[in-house]
Amino acid sequence: MAYSEKVLDHYENPRNVGSFENNENVGTGMVGAPACGDVMKLQIKVSDEGIIEDAVFKTYGCGSAIASSSLLTEWVKGKTLDEAQAIKNTHIAEELALPPVKIHCSVLAEDAINAAIADYREKH
Amino acid sequence: MIKVSEQQTAINVVEKPIYLDYSATTPMDERVVTEMLKYMGPETSFGNPASRSHSFGWAAEAAVEAARKHVADLVGANPKEIIFTSGATESDNLAIKGAAHFNKKRGKHIITCKTEHKAVLDSCRQLEREGYEVTYLDPLENGLLDLKVLEDAIREDTTVVSIMHVNNEIGVIQDIEAIGNLCRERKIIFHVDAAQSAGKVEMNLNELPVDLMSFSAHKIYGPKGIGALYVQRKPRVRLEAQMHGGGHERGMRSGTLATHQIVGMGEAFRIAKAEMVAENKRLLILRNKLYDGVKDMEEVYVNGDINQRIAGNINISFNYVEGESLLMALKELAISSGSACTSASLEPSYVLRALGRNDELAHSSIRFTMGRYTTEEEIDRTVAHVRTAVEKLRELSPLWDMYKDGIDLASIEWAAH
Repeated sequence: MAYSEKVLDHYENPRNVGSFENNENVGTGMVGAPACGDVMKLQIKVSDEGIIEDAVFKTYGCGSAIASSSLLTEWVKGKTLDEAQAIKNTHIAEELALPPVKIHCSVLAEDAINAAIADYREKH
Repeated sequence: MIKVSEQQTAINVVEKPIYLDYSATTPMDERVVTEMLKYMGPETSFGNPASRSHSFGWAAEAAVEAARKHVADLVGANPKEIIFTSGATESDNLAIKGAAHFNKKRGKHIITCKTEHKAVLDSCRQLEREGYEVTYLDPLENGLLDLKVLEDAIREDTTVVSIMHVNNEIGVIQDIEAIGNLCRERKIIFHVDAAQSAGKVEMNLNELPVDLMSFSAHKIYGPKGIGALYVQRKPRVRLEAQMHGGGHERGMRSGTLATHQIVGMGEAFRIAKAEMVAENKRLLILRNKLYDGVKDMEEVYVNGDINQRIAGNINISFNYVEGESLLMALKELAISSGSACTSASLEPSYVLRALGRNDELAHSSIRFTMGRYTTEEEIDRTVAHVRTAVEKLRELSPLWDMYKDGIDLASIEWAAH
Protein backbone atom coordinates (compact mmCIF):
# COMPACT_ATOMS: atom_id res chain seq x y z
CA MET A 1 0.00 0.00 0.00
CA ALA A 2 1.07 3.56 -0.52
CA TYR A 3 1.96 5.73 2.45
CA SER A 4 1.71 9.49 2.63
CA GLU A 5 4.94 11.46 2.67
CA LYS A 6 4.33 12.49 6.26
CA VAL A 7 3.92 8.89 7.38
CA LEU A 8 7.12 7.98 5.60
CA ASP A 9 8.96 10.91 7.13
CA HIS A 10 7.92 9.99 10.69
CA TYR A 11 8.60 6.35 10.01
CA GLU A 12 12.07 6.96 8.57
CA ASN A 13 12.99 9.57 11.17
CA PRO A 14 10.87 8.91 14.22
CA ARG A 15 10.94 11.81 16.69
CA ASN A 16 11.37 11.36 20.40
CA VAL A 17 12.03 7.65 20.59
CA GLY A 18 12.90 6.49 24.07
CA SER A 19 11.86 5.92 27.64
CA PHE A 20 11.82 7.96 30.85
CA GLU A 21 12.76 6.71 34.25
CA ASN A 22 9.44 6.26 35.96
CA ASN A 23 9.19 8.96 38.66
CA GLU A 24 6.43 11.16 39.94
CA ASN A 25 6.77 13.72 37.14
CA VAL A 26 6.27 11.06 34.50
CA GLY A 27 3.02 9.67 33.18
CA THR A 28 3.11 6.44 31.20
CA GLY A 29 0.47 5.08 28.87
CA MET A 30 0.72 1.68 27.23
CA VAL A 31 -2.12 0.69 24.95
CA GLY A 32 -2.89 -1.91 22.30
CA ALA A 33 -2.08 -5.60 22.27
CA PRO A 34 0.62 -7.70 20.61
CA ALA A 35 -2.10 -10.01 19.28
CA CYS A 36 -3.56 -7.11 17.33
CA GLY A 37 -0.19 -6.11 15.94
CA ASP A 38 -0.04 -2.75 17.72
CA VAL A 39 1.39 -1.71 21.09
CA MET A 40 2.17 1.92 21.89
CA LYS A 41 4.02 3.16 24.92
CA LEU A 42 3.85 6.92 25.40
CA GLN A 43 5.48 8.78 28.27
CA ILE A 44 5.15 12.42 29.26
CA LYS A 45 7.28 14.47 31.64
CA VAL A 46 5.17 17.12 33.33
CA SER A 47 6.45 20.32 35.00
CA ASP A 48 5.19 21.59 38.34
CA GLU A 49 3.08 24.07 36.39
CA GLY A 50 1.31 21.21 34.62
CA ILE A 51 3.01 21.68 31.28
CA ILE A 52 4.21 18.68 29.27
CA GLU A 53 7.94 19.39 29.01
CA ASP A 54 8.94 16.31 27.16
CA ALA A 55 7.42 13.24 25.59
CA VAL A 56 8.83 9.97 24.29
CA PHE A 57 7.40 6.85 22.70
CA LYS A 58 8.08 3.31 21.68
CA THR A 59 5.76 1.52 19.29
CA TYR A 60 5.39 -2.00 18.01
CA GLY A 61 3.18 -1.76 14.98
CA CYS A 62 2.85 -0.82 11.37
CA GLY A 63 4.31 2.32 9.82
CA SER A 64 1.15 4.29 10.44
CA ALA A 65 1.16 3.36 14.12
CA ILE A 66 4.79 4.43 14.46
CA ALA A 67 4.09 7.69 12.62
CA SER A 68 0.98 8.42 14.72
CA SER A 69 2.88 8.08 17.96
CA SER A 70 5.90 10.00 16.68
CA LEU A 71 3.67 12.88 15.58
CA LEU A 72 1.82 12.86 18.87
CA THR A 73 5.01 13.29 20.91
CA GLU A 74 5.79 16.38 18.86
CA TRP A 75 2.35 17.83 19.34
CA VAL A 76 2.00 17.36 23.09
CA LYS A 77 5.25 19.02 24.01
CA GLY A 78 4.62 22.45 25.56
CA LYS A 79 0.93 21.78 26.01
CA THR A 80 -1.00 21.63 29.28
CA LEU A 81 -2.56 18.31 30.17
CA ASP A 82 -6.00 19.59 29.19
CA GLU A 83 -4.71 20.84 25.85
CA ALA A 84 -3.03 17.52 25.18
CA GLN A 85 -6.20 15.70 26.06
CA ALA A 86 -8.06 17.74 23.48
CA ILE A 87 -6.01 16.16 20.65
CA LYS A 88 -8.30 13.78 18.84
CA ASN A 89 -7.52 10.88 16.60
CA THR A 90 -9.13 12.71 13.69
CA HIS A 91 -6.46 15.44 13.95
CA ILE A 92 -3.71 12.84 13.71
CA ALA A 93 -5.41 10.93 10.90
CA GLU A 94 -5.87 14.12 8.96
CA GLU A 95 -2.31 15.35 9.45
CA LEU A 96 -0.86 12.02 8.32
CA ALA A 97 -3.49 11.45 5.62
CA LEU A 98 -4.19 7.97 6.97
CA PRO A 99 -6.35 5.72 4.80
CA PRO A 100 -9.51 4.24 6.39
CA VAL A 101 -7.84 0.90 7.25
CA LYS A 102 -5.25 2.80 9.31
CA ILE A 103 -7.60 5.00 11.33
CA HIS A 104 -7.23 2.61 14.25
CA CYS A 105 -3.58 3.66 14.50
CA SER A 106 -4.61 7.23 15.24
CA VAL A 107 -7.24 6.00 17.71
CA LEU A 108 -4.52 4.09 19.49
CA ALA A 109 -2.38 7.24 19.67
CA GLU A 110 -5.27 9.14 21.24
CA ASP A 111 -5.74 6.31 23.73
CA ALA A 112 -2.02 6.41 24.50
CA ILE A 113 -1.90 10.10 25.44
CA ASN A 114 -5.07 9.78 27.49
CA ALA A 115 -3.61 6.79 29.32
CA ALA A 116 -0.37 8.68 29.99
CA ILE A 117 -2.26 11.69 31.34
CA ALA A 118 -4.48 9.48 33.50
CA ASP A 119 -1.38 7.76 34.90
CA TYR A 120 0.20 11.10 35.75
CA ARG A 121 -2.99 12.42 37.37
CA GLU A 122 -3.32 9.29 39.45
CA LYS A 123 0.06 10.08 41.01
CA HIS A 124 -0.99 13.59 41.95
CA MET B 1 11.11 13.53 -25.48
CA ILE B 2 11.90 10.19 -23.88
CA LYS B 3 9.92 7.23 -25.02
CA VAL B 4 7.83 5.53 -22.35
CA SER B 5 9.88 2.38 -22.54
CA GLU B 6 13.11 4.28 -21.90
CA GLN B 7 11.57 6.14 -19.02
CA GLN B 8 10.45 2.86 -17.55
CA THR B 9 13.93 1.42 -17.85
CA ALA B 10 15.44 4.45 -16.14
CA ILE B 11 13.07 4.07 -13.21
CA ASN B 12 13.75 0.37 -12.99
CA VAL B 13 17.48 0.89 -12.81
CA VAL B 14 17.23 3.30 -9.90
CA GLU B 15 14.50 1.72 -7.79
CA LYS B 16 14.20 -1.91 -8.68
CA PRO B 17 14.05 -3.87 -5.42
CA ILE B 18 15.42 -7.37 -4.94
CA TYR B 19 12.62 -9.73 -5.89
CA LEU B 20 12.12 -12.41 -3.25
CA ASP B 21 8.46 -13.16 -3.79
CA TYR B 22 8.68 -16.05 -6.24
CA SER B 23 5.83 -17.87 -4.51
CA ALA B 24 3.54 -14.97 -5.38
CA THR B 25 4.53 -15.10 -9.01
CA THR B 26 7.56 -15.38 -11.26
CA PRO B 27 8.67 -13.49 -14.32
CA MET B 28 8.34 -15.42 -17.55
CA ASP B 29 11.48 -17.13 -18.74
CA GLU B 30 12.70 -15.50 -21.97
CA ARG B 31 12.43 -18.88 -23.69
CA VAL B 32 8.76 -18.98 -22.73
CA VAL B 33 8.13 -15.52 -24.18
CA THR B 34 9.85 -16.52 -27.42
CA GLU B 35 7.67 -19.60 -27.82
CA MET B 36 4.47 -17.72 -27.06
CA LEU B 37 5.15 -15.09 -29.70
CA LYS B 38 4.94 -17.80 -32.34
CA TYR B 39 1.20 -18.06 -31.74
CA MET B 40 0.02 -14.47 -31.56
CA GLY B 41 0.60 -12.16 -34.55
CA PRO B 42 -0.95 -12.31 -38.04
CA GLU B 43 2.12 -14.07 -39.48
CA THR B 44 2.05 -16.79 -36.81
CA SER B 45 0.07 -19.95 -36.09
CA PHE B 46 -2.62 -17.95 -34.36
CA GLY B 47 -5.52 -20.26 -35.31
CA ASN B 48 -8.19 -21.73 -33.11
CA PRO B 49 -7.03 -25.21 -32.10
CA ALA B 50 -10.62 -26.37 -32.58
CA SER B 51 -10.66 -25.33 -36.25
CA ARG B 52 -10.41 -28.53 -38.24
CA SER B 53 -10.80 -27.06 -41.72
CA HIS B 54 -7.47 -25.29 -42.26
CA SER B 55 -3.78 -25.27 -41.43
CA PHE B 56 -4.05 -22.38 -38.95
CA GLY B 57 -6.17 -24.59 -36.75
CA TRP B 58 -4.04 -27.68 -37.28
CA ALA B 59 -0.84 -25.87 -36.34
CA ALA B 60 -2.43 -24.44 -33.22
CA GLU B 61 -3.79 -27.83 -32.23
CA ALA B 62 -0.38 -29.42 -32.69
CA ALA B 63 1.17 -26.74 -30.48
CA VAL B 64 -1.44 -27.29 -27.77
CA GLU B 65 -0.89 -31.03 -27.82
CA ALA B 66 2.89 -30.61 -27.64
CA ALA B 67 2.41 -28.33 -24.65
CA ARG B 68 0.02 -30.79 -23.03
CA LYS B 69 2.74 -33.41 -23.31
CA HIS B 70 5.32 -31.13 -21.68
CA VAL B 71 2.96 -30.48 -18.78
CA ALA B 72 2.21 -34.20 -18.42
CA ASP B 73 5.89 -35.16 -18.65
CA LEU B 74 6.95 -32.95 -15.76
CA VAL B 75 4.56 -34.72 -13.39
CA GLY B 76 4.56 -38.22 -14.84
CA ALA B 77 1.05 -38.09 -16.22
CA ASN B 78 -0.51 -39.09 -19.53
CA PRO B 79 -1.23 -36.05 -21.76
CA LYS B 80 -4.85 -37.16 -21.96
CA GLU B 81 -5.12 -36.57 -18.23
CA ILE B 82 -4.30 -32.85 -18.51
CA ILE B 83 -7.18 -30.34 -18.74
CA PHE B 84 -6.23 -26.72 -19.36
CA THR B 85 -7.88 -24.10 -17.19
CA SER B 86 -7.36 -20.41 -16.45
CA GLY B 87 -5.12 -21.16 -13.47
CA ALA B 88 -4.80 -23.10 -10.24
CA THR B 89 -7.76 -21.29 -8.69
CA GLU B 90 -10.05 -22.53 -11.44
CA SER B 91 -8.49 -25.99 -11.24
CA ASP B 92 -9.14 -26.13 -7.49
CA ASN B 93 -12.73 -25.02 -8.00
CA LEU B 94 -13.32 -27.52 -10.79
CA ALA B 95 -11.71 -30.37 -8.89
CA ILE B 96 -13.37 -29.89 -5.52
CA LYS B 97 -16.80 -28.69 -6.58
CA GLY B 98 -16.81 -30.88 -9.68
CA ALA B 99 -15.95 -34.06 -7.76
CA ALA B 100 -18.23 -33.24 -4.82
CA HIS B 101 -21.16 -32.54 -7.13
CA PHE B 102 -20.60 -35.64 -9.23
CA ASN B 103 -20.47 -37.84 -6.13
CA LYS B 104 -23.19 -36.21 -4.09
CA LYS B 105 -25.32 -39.34 -4.07
CA ARG B 106 -22.47 -41.20 -2.36
CA GLY B 107 -22.06 -38.60 0.34
CA LYS B 108 -21.65 -34.94 1.11
CA HIS B 109 -18.61 -34.81 3.36
CA ILE B 110 -15.33 -33.16 2.33
CA ILE B 111 -12.02 -33.04 4.22
CA THR B 112 -9.34 -30.40 3.83
CA CYS B 113 -6.74 -28.64 5.97
CA LYS B 114 -6.80 -25.20 7.59
CA THR B 115 -3.58 -24.17 5.87
CA GLU B 116 -4.88 -24.69 2.33
CA HIS B 117 -4.94 -21.91 -0.24
CA LYS B 118 -8.04 -19.74 -0.28
CA ALA B 119 -9.06 -21.22 -3.63
CA VAL B 120 -9.53 -24.56 -1.86
CA LEU B 121 -10.97 -23.17 1.37
CA ASP B 122 -13.45 -20.93 -0.41
CA SER B 123 -14.54 -23.72 -2.75
CA CYS B 124 -15.25 -25.76 0.38
CA ARG B 125 -17.14 -22.86 1.91
CA GLN B 126 -19.30 -22.71 -1.18
CA LEU B 127 -20.06 -26.43 -0.85
CA GLU B 128 -21.05 -25.83 2.77
CA ARG B 129 -23.54 -23.26 1.57
CA GLU B 130 -24.93 -25.94 -0.74
CA GLY B 131 -25.47 -28.29 2.16
CA TYR B 132 -22.19 -30.23 2.23
CA GLU B 133 -20.23 -30.77 5.42
CA VAL B 134 -16.54 -29.89 5.48
CA THR B 135 -13.92 -30.89 8.06
CA TYR B 136 -10.96 -28.47 8.28
CA LEU B 137 -8.04 -30.35 9.79
CA ASP B 138 -5.43 -28.75 12.05
CA PRO B 139 -1.86 -29.38 10.88
CA LEU B 140 0.97 -30.19 13.25
CA GLU B 141 3.14 -27.35 14.56
CA ASN B 142 5.56 -27.86 11.68
CA GLY B 143 2.79 -27.43 9.14
CA LEU B 144 2.57 -31.10 8.17
CA LEU B 145 -0.55 -33.16 8.39
CA ASP B 146 -0.82 -35.95 10.95
CA LEU B 147 -2.14 -38.98 9.06
CA LYS B 148 -3.91 -40.22 12.16
CA VAL B 149 -5.85 -36.96 12.36
CA LEU B 150 -6.91 -37.40 8.75
CA GLU B 151 -7.83 -41.02 9.25
CA ASP B 152 -10.00 -40.16 12.23
CA ALA B 153 -11.82 -37.50 10.24
CA ILE B 154 -12.80 -39.83 7.41
CA ARG B 155 -16.44 -40.88 7.50
CA GLU B 156 -18.69 -43.21 5.53
CA ASP B 157 -20.00 -40.28 3.52
CA THR B 158 -16.61 -38.65 2.79
CA THR B 159 -16.23 -38.26 -0.96
CA VAL B 160 -13.35 -35.81 -1.45
CA VAL B 161 -10.12 -35.06 0.41
CA SER B 162 -8.17 -31.98 -0.73
CA ILE B 163 -4.64 -31.43 0.60
CA MET B 164 -2.02 -29.19 -0.96
CA HIS B 165 1.37 -30.59 -1.92
CA VAL B 166 3.46 -27.54 -0.95
CA ASN B 167 2.17 -24.72 1.19
CA ASN B 168 2.43 -21.29 -0.40
CA GLU B 169 3.39 -19.47 2.80
CA ILE B 170 5.67 -21.86 4.63
CA GLY B 171 6.81 -24.11 1.78
CA VAL B 172 6.35 -27.41 3.64
CA ILE B 173 5.87 -30.55 1.55
CA GLN B 174 3.03 -32.89 2.52
CA ASP B 175 3.37 -36.62 2.13
CA ILE B 176 0.77 -36.93 -0.63
CA GLU B 177 1.61 -40.56 -1.24
CA ALA B 178 0.64 -41.59 2.28
CA ILE B 179 -2.45 -39.39 2.26
CA GLY B 180 -3.43 -40.75 -1.16
CA ASN B 181 -3.11 -44.34 0.01
CA LEU B 182 -5.44 -43.63 2.93
CA CYS B 183 -7.99 -42.18 0.52
CA ARG B 184 -7.67 -44.86 -2.12
CA GLU B 185 -8.29 -47.69 0.37
CA ARG B 186 -11.60 -46.02 1.11
CA LYS B 187 -12.46 -45.05 -2.47
CA ILE B 188 -12.30 -41.36 -1.63
CA ILE B 189 -11.29 -38.91 -4.34
CA PHE B 190 -7.99 -37.22 -3.48
CA HIS B 191 -7.30 -33.76 -4.88
CA VAL B 192 -3.91 -32.09 -4.53
CA ASP B 193 -3.23 -28.40 -5.12
CA ALA B 194 0.24 -28.51 -6.67
CA ALA B 195 0.49 -24.85 -7.67
CA GLN B 196 3.57 -24.46 -5.46
CA SER B 197 5.16 -27.85 -6.04
CA ALA B 198 5.16 -28.52 -9.78
CA GLY B 199 8.68 -27.99 -11.07
CA LYS B 200 10.03 -27.88 -7.52
CA VAL B 201 9.31 -31.34 -6.19
CA GLU B 202 9.82 -34.51 -8.20
CA MET B 203 6.62 -36.46 -8.70
CA ASN B 204 5.28 -39.30 -10.77
CA LEU B 205 1.51 -39.28 -11.04
CA ASN B 206 1.68 -42.57 -12.86
CA GLU B 207 2.44 -44.15 -9.51
CA LEU B 208 1.09 -41.66 -7.00
CA PRO B 209 -2.37 -42.37 -5.58
CA VAL B 210 -3.67 -38.95 -6.60
CA ASP B 211 -6.93 -38.49 -8.52
CA LEU B 212 -6.91 -34.76 -9.22
CA MET B 213 -4.06 -32.26 -9.20
CA SER B 214 -4.08 -28.50 -9.84
CA PHE B 215 -1.27 -26.66 -11.62
CA SER B 216 -0.39 -23.07 -12.34
CA ALA B 217 1.95 -21.77 -15.03
CA HIS B 218 2.97 -18.44 -13.55
CA LYS B 219 4.54 -19.95 -10.44
CA ILE B 220 7.24 -21.56 -12.59
CA TYR B 221 8.16 -18.90 -15.13
CA GLY B 222 5.14 -19.36 -17.38
CA PRO B 223 2.42 -16.86 -18.18
CA LYS B 224 -0.34 -15.78 -15.80
CA GLY B 225 -3.90 -16.77 -16.64
CA ILE B 226 -3.22 -20.40 -17.49
CA GLY B 227 -3.21 -23.56 -15.44
CA ALA B 228 -4.22 -27.16 -15.65
CA LEU B 229 -6.02 -29.89 -13.81
CA TYR B 230 -4.80 -33.47 -13.86
CA VAL B 231 -7.77 -35.81 -14.00
CA GLN B 232 -6.78 -39.42 -13.61
CA ARG B 233 -8.03 -41.85 -16.25
CA LYS B 234 -7.28 -45.21 -14.65
CA PRO B 235 -9.29 -45.55 -12.53
CA ARG B 236 -11.35 -42.88 -14.17
CA VAL B 237 -12.24 -39.85 -12.10
CA ARG B 238 -15.38 -38.03 -13.12
CA LEU B 239 -16.29 -34.43 -12.54
CA GLU B 240 -19.26 -32.23 -13.07
CA ALA B 241 -18.16 -29.40 -15.35
CA GLN B 242 -18.36 -25.84 -14.02
CA MET B 243 -18.02 -24.16 -17.42
CA HIS B 244 -20.34 -25.15 -20.25
CA GLY B 245 -19.91 -24.40 -23.92
CA GLY B 246 -18.29 -26.11 -26.85
CA GLY B 247 -17.32 -29.28 -25.05
CA HIS B 248 -13.58 -28.53 -25.10
CA GLU B 249 -11.19 -30.49 -22.91
CA ARG B 250 -13.36 -33.61 -22.96
CA GLY B 251 -16.33 -31.59 -21.81
CA MET B 252 -14.72 -30.80 -18.48
CA ARG B 253 -13.78 -27.24 -19.32
CA SER B 254 -15.35 -25.53 -22.31
CA GLY B 255 -13.91 -22.41 -23.87
CA THR B 256 -11.55 -21.75 -26.80
CA LEU B 257 -8.09 -22.94 -25.86
CA ALA B 258 -5.68 -20.06 -25.28
CA THR B 259 -2.96 -21.36 -27.59
CA HIS B 260 -0.21 -18.87 -26.71
CA GLN B 261 -0.84 -19.25 -22.97
CA ILE B 262 -0.87 -23.02 -23.23
CA VAL B 263 2.32 -22.98 -25.30
CA GLY B 264 3.91 -20.77 -22.66
CA MET B 265 2.88 -23.15 -19.90
CA GLY B 266 4.21 -26.10 -21.88
CA GLU B 267 7.56 -24.45 -22.42
CA ALA B 268 7.77 -23.46 -18.75
CA PHE B 269 7.06 -27.03 -17.67
CA ARG B 270 9.55 -28.39 -20.20
CA ILE B 271 12.29 -26.14 -18.84
CA ALA B 272 11.34 -27.01 -15.27
CA LYS B 273 11.78 -30.71 -15.97
CA ALA B 274 15.18 -30.14 -17.57
CA GLU B 275 16.50 -27.80 -14.88
CA MET B 276 14.74 -28.72 -11.65
CA VAL B 277 17.51 -30.75 -10.06
CA ALA B 278 20.22 -28.15 -10.68
CA GLU B 279 17.90 -25.31 -9.75
CA ASN B 280 16.89 -26.88 -6.45
CA LYS B 281 20.52 -27.39 -5.57
CA ARG B 282 21.34 -23.76 -6.25
CA LEU B 283 18.26 -22.46 -4.42
CA LEU B 284 19.03 -24.54 -1.36
CA ILE B 285 22.45 -22.92 -1.11
CA LEU B 286 20.89 -19.46 -1.39
CA ARG B 287 18.19 -20.24 1.15
CA ASN B 288 20.68 -21.62 3.65
CA LYS B 289 22.84 -18.56 3.13
CA LEU B 290 19.91 -16.29 3.90
CA TYR B 291 18.86 -18.22 6.98
CA ASP B 292 22.44 -18.60 8.24
CA GLY B 293 22.81 -14.86 7.88
CA VAL B 294 20.02 -14.03 10.31
CA LYS B 295 19.59 -17.00 12.59
CA ASP B 296 22.15 -15.84 15.17
CA MET B 297 19.95 -12.85 15.97
CA GLU B 298 17.85 -13.25 19.08
CA GLU B 299 14.23 -14.39 18.88
CA VAL B 300 14.23 -15.52 15.27
CA TYR B 301 11.94 -18.44 14.42
CA VAL B 302 11.45 -20.46 11.26
CA ASN B 303 7.82 -21.17 10.45
CA GLY B 304 7.16 -24.64 9.10
CA ASP B 305 9.37 -27.71 9.02
CA ILE B 306 12.91 -26.73 8.06
CA ASN B 307 13.75 -30.01 6.33
CA GLN B 308 10.57 -31.08 4.60
CA ARG B 309 10.16 -27.90 2.57
CA ILE B 310 10.97 -26.66 -0.91
CA ALA B 311 14.41 -25.22 -1.48
CA GLY B 312 13.31 -21.72 -2.42
CA ASN B 313 11.22 -20.88 0.65
CA ILE B 314 12.11 -19.61 4.09
CA ASN B 315 9.48 -18.07 6.34
CA ILE B 316 10.87 -16.37 9.41
CA SER B 317 9.32 -14.59 12.38
CA PHE B 318 11.37 -11.78 13.87
CA ASN B 319 9.77 -11.62 17.28
CA TYR B 320 8.79 -8.19 18.71
CA VAL B 321 8.92 -6.57 15.28
CA GLU B 322 5.66 -6.06 13.42
CA GLY B 323 5.71 -7.46 9.90
CA GLU B 324 4.25 -4.57 7.99
CA SER B 325 6.66 -2.05 9.49
CA LEU B 326 9.45 -4.48 8.66
CA LEU B 327 8.28 -4.56 5.05
CA MET B 328 8.36 -0.78 5.09
CA ALA B 329 11.89 -0.78 6.43
CA LEU B 330 12.88 -3.31 3.79
CA LYS B 331 11.70 -1.36 0.82
CA GLU B 332 14.77 -2.56 -1.09
CA LEU B 333 13.22 -6.03 -0.94
CA ALA B 334 10.09 -7.32 -2.64
CA ILE B 335 8.82 -9.74 0.03
CA SER B 336 5.57 -10.52 1.82
CA SER B 337 4.48 -10.70 5.42
CA GLY B 338 2.07 -12.84 7.37
CA SER B 339 0.98 -9.73 9.18
CA ALA B 340 -2.23 -8.33 7.86
CA CYS B 341 -2.30 -4.94 9.44
CA THR B 342 -3.71 -3.64 6.18
CA SER B 343 -6.85 -5.71 6.48
CA ALA B 344 -9.67 -4.24 8.51
CA SER B 345 -9.85 -7.40 10.61
CA LEU B 346 -6.22 -7.12 11.75
CA GLU B 347 -6.05 -10.89 11.47
CA PRO B 348 -2.54 -12.19 10.95
CA SER B 349 -1.77 -15.09 8.62
CA TYR B 350 -4.35 -17.86 9.03
CA VAL B 351 -1.66 -20.35 7.99
CA LEU B 352 0.68 -19.42 10.83
CA ARG B 353 -2.18 -19.34 13.30
CA ALA B 354 -3.20 -22.82 12.22
CA LEU B 355 0.31 -23.98 13.17
CA GLY B 356 -0.40 -22.72 16.66
CA ARG B 357 2.00 -19.79 16.35
CA ASN B 358 0.97 -17.03 18.72
CA ASP B 359 -0.33 -13.82 17.24
CA GLU B 360 2.86 -11.86 17.87
CA LEU B 361 4.92 -14.35 15.92
CA ALA B 362 2.36 -14.46 13.14
CA HIS B 363 2.41 -10.68 12.94
CA SER B 364 6.21 -10.75 12.84
CA SER B 365 6.61 -13.15 9.95
CA ILE B 366 8.29 -12.53 6.63
CA ARG B 367 8.23 -14.90 3.68
CA PHE B 368 11.31 -14.95 1.47
CA THR B 369 10.93 -16.99 -1.71
CA MET B 370 13.82 -17.31 -4.11
CA GLY B 371 13.87 -18.38 -7.72
CA ARG B 372 15.60 -18.71 -11.05
CA TYR B 373 16.95 -15.16 -11.18
CA THR B 374 17.96 -14.75 -7.53
CA THR B 375 21.71 -14.22 -7.15
CA GLU B 376 24.07 -14.81 -4.28
CA GLU B 377 24.93 -11.14 -4.21
CA GLU B 378 21.22 -10.33 -3.75
CA ILE B 379 21.05 -12.67 -0.79
CA ASP B 380 24.09 -10.99 0.79
CA ARG B 381 22.41 -7.61 0.45
CA THR B 382 19.15 -9.05 1.79
CA VAL B 383 20.84 -10.35 4.93
CA ALA B 384 22.42 -6.95 5.58
CA HIS B 385 19.13 -5.10 5.03
CA VAL B 386 17.17 -7.46 7.25
CA ARG B 387 19.62 -7.25 10.12
CA THR B 388 19.66 -3.45 10.04
CA ALA B 389 15.88 -3.18 9.80
CA VAL B 390 15.15 -5.65 12.59
CA GLU B 391 17.64 -3.92 14.88
CA LYS B 392 16.16 -0.50 14.10
CA LEU B 393 12.59 -1.62 14.75
CA ARG B 394 13.50 -3.45 17.93
CA GLU B 395 14.96 -0.19 19.22
CA LEU B 396 11.50 1.25 18.65
CA SER B 397 9.60 -1.68 20.10
CA PRO B 398 8.23 -1.56 23.65
CA LEU B 399 7.82 -5.33 23.47
CA TRP B 400 11.53 -5.76 22.83
CA ASP B 401 12.28 -3.67 25.93
CA MET B 402 9.95 -5.84 27.98
CA TYR B 403 11.56 -8.99 26.64
CA LYS B 404 14.98 -7.59 27.52
CA ASP B 405 13.73 -6.77 31.02
CA GLY B 406 12.60 -10.36 31.40
CA ILE B 407 8.88 -9.56 31.39
CA ASP B 408 6.67 -12.35 30.10
CA LEU B 409 4.30 -10.74 27.60
CA ALA B 410 1.75 -13.46 28.18
CA SER B 411 1.51 -12.39 31.83
CA ILE B 412 0.22 -8.95 30.87
CA GLU B 413 -3.44 -8.24 30.48
CA TRP B 414 -3.62 -6.52 27.12
CA ALA B 415 -6.64 -4.55 26.07
CA ALA B 416 -7.61 -5.98 22.70
CA HIS B 417 -8.79 -3.34 20.32
